[in-house]
Amino acid sequence: MNSMVDVLVIGGGVAGMEAAGQLARSGYSVILAEKEPLTGGHLKNWYHLFPDRRDGNEVGEYLDNLVKNKNIEIRNNTCITGITGRKGKFTATASDGQVVEAEAVIVATGFDLFDSRRKEEYGYGIYPNVITSADLEKMFRNGSVKLADGGVPARIGFIHCVGSRDEKVGNLYCSKLCCITAVKQAMEVHEKISGVKTFCFYMDMRMGGAYYEEIYREAQEKYGVSFIRGKVSEVSQGYNGRLVIKAEDTLAGRPLRMELDMVVLMAGMEMSDAGEILAGKSSLRRGENRFFSTADNHTASNRSNMKGVFYAGTCTAPMNITESISHARAAVTEVVSYLREKKQRDE
Amino acid sequence: MNEPDKKRIWSEYQKEIADDHYFYVRSCIRQSFFPGSEQFFLHLIRDILGKDIYENPSHTTCTGIGYHTDIVPFQTIMTVVARHFALMKESGYKNIAISCVTSFGIYTEIIETWKHFPEELEKTREYLLKATGREFDIPENMAHTSDIVYKFRNEIASKAKFRLVNKKTGEPLKVVEHIGCHYSKMFPKYGVGGAEFPKVLSGMIEAWGGEVIDYPERRHCCGFGFRQYIVQANRGYSLSNSVKKFESMKPFKPDFIITNCPGCNMFMDKWQYTIREMEGRTYGENGLSIPVLTYEEVAGLVLGMNPWELGLQYHMVQPEPLLDKMGVEYSKSDKFITKDGKPLPAPEKLINV
Repeated sequence: MNSMVDVLVIGGGVAGMEAAGQLARSGYSVILAEKEPLTGGHLKNWYHLFPDRRDGNEVGEYLDNLVKNKNIEIRNNTCITGITGRKGKFTATASDGQVVEAEAVIVATGFDLFDSRRKEEYGYGIYPNVITSADLEKMFRNGSVKLADGGVPARIGFIHCVGSRDEKVGNLYCSKLCCITAVKQAMEVHEKISGVKTFCFYMDMRMGGAYYEEIYREAQEKYGVSFIRGKVSEVSQGYNGRLVIKAEDTLAGRPLRMELDMVVLMAGMEMSDAGEILAGKSSLRRGENRFFSTADNHTASNRSNMKGVFYAGTCTAPMNITESISHARAAVTEVVSYLREKKQRDE
Repeated sequence: MNEPDKKRIWSEYQKEIADDHYFYVRSCIRQSFFPGSEQFFLHLIRDILGKDIYENPSHTTCTGIGYHTDIVPFQTIMTVVARHFALMKESGYKNIAISCVTSFGIYTEIIETWKHFPEELEKTREYLLKATGREFDIPENMAHTSDIVYKFRNEIASKAKFRLVNKKTGEPLKVVEHIGCHYSKMFPKYGVGGAEFPKVLSGMIEAWGGEVIDYPERRHCCGFGFRQYIVQANRGYSLSNSVKKFESMKPFKPDFIITNCPGCNMFMDKWQYTIREMEGRTYGENGLSIPVLTYEEVAGLVLGMNPWELGLQYHMVQPEPLLDKMGVEYSKSDKFITKDGKPLPAPEKLINV
């Protein structure tokens, strides 16, 4: 099936939906290709968003409404595996044989959560009560936070920087969102379980967004979340079945050993598999962090090394939802300018 | 514990282990403290499994203890190891089988260094040639001897006369497996099963009918640690590390401990005696201590070897309670005599007897 549109947007997560919606509002024809059966990306799995803890579904509804536009054709279950450019037009091929031709392309392939099983010392997949931040969001959505045996956890630890700032797994970068997610999740746990004790193990608290510092303070003052500066070195299971963690409290300057009922791993962000596939079958360049490399970090963060191919959102670096939406809108501005200039040249 | 995911981790750390024609390098500590293990390993490989293994009489220490205590410089130890490789080459072998975990760590560290810094390899070639006139090749296959026993664990199981099962209850024996830090913690890719959930010893235990215990301090150092022990003033630190491990494993009621490192075996065995003397504390059932065996000794028991020929009597913690559980027969009167009936020196203050 061959199709020709103004813009192909690859990836139907937050950035891809925002970019497609804004382009359509400006009158451009768009194909939004999403590899999954539904659009919405990671957002659909998220319960409350920081910093205001609004329901993630509200942002999802905004995006769903935005892409309900006659100028957008959404193609679900469509994994674009390669792009080639020739004479100002791009041809994209999908894994199922579909071919899309477009005047311009926005790559919005997003991120994948770090596979926490790679941090073997934390025992994810081995100890049933070691879960990830994404697993905890699912529990929030289902209405209760429970242990594998159905019990209610009394002590929960949050391990920051799982797969981020970690040379051992090859990710030197900070995923930016894990600290604030841990703070948000710890507070939510307190709201769901009366008397629970929570402990966040961090390297640095990176509260770099609007109102982040405020909720970090709230977590301590109102909810009594304990913040311990130190990485957890290992998780194991004691004779009573509880999890045992070892860490170093670097502020107190002493090693620490603690029994917990549940450990939540704050999984970082990595270049998505979809992005990896696309990068492998196109000439798009990637940076040392394996995300797509932008033409200029400051002045052209939406441009790629292929003229006419642009980036939106977390396919270039970890971003929160606000930043992903802003980045997508900036990508739209770039695409509109590019298409106008191209049209003028063609005329 | 979720076994499928544990197996997935193991599956990611597979290493190629040669199946014949080994060049054997011994361990300084093992030859001195429990020589029966190395002797049995050679018997196992040659006579029971029918493989070819050779040891060159000119082989020396790897100088690992000197290296880890800052007495032997890196260039020197690289040259000593290169000499071992030269002996292997001269003997016509390509697969090295290393008895000691410290040495294994040294060999892996040096080979990795040469991969990343080829100029160091060239310098080492020059040093060795100047010093000894010898040339060497890097081994095609490098295995710790526990890797080799692991490789043949199922063959051993098929020839087993005893299983790691409590004869009275029919329950699997509960086993603490302890991997030497230098086996895979430095280079997980060189260890069977990696560093966090290593398979090399647990694979043997499972194949021979036992049950592996996962206790909180499973990954903790045995307490040896060169600087902890060799610097006399630090020995309290060494001991406190061992206490931490023993306290952690005690509630699981282990029947025995299996190790693949000479230092670990020696310390987990002898510190139990020390703790008992100092504080009267023991960690096995009914006030007894926990026998600490090498993987060769366990393989030997499984294969029906005479425990005294394996040298089990030369551990501080005596093995009789374990032998009784397994149903292994032994003679009390033959314990400290040679094969031709001469008396052997009996250690004082043995425990578990």
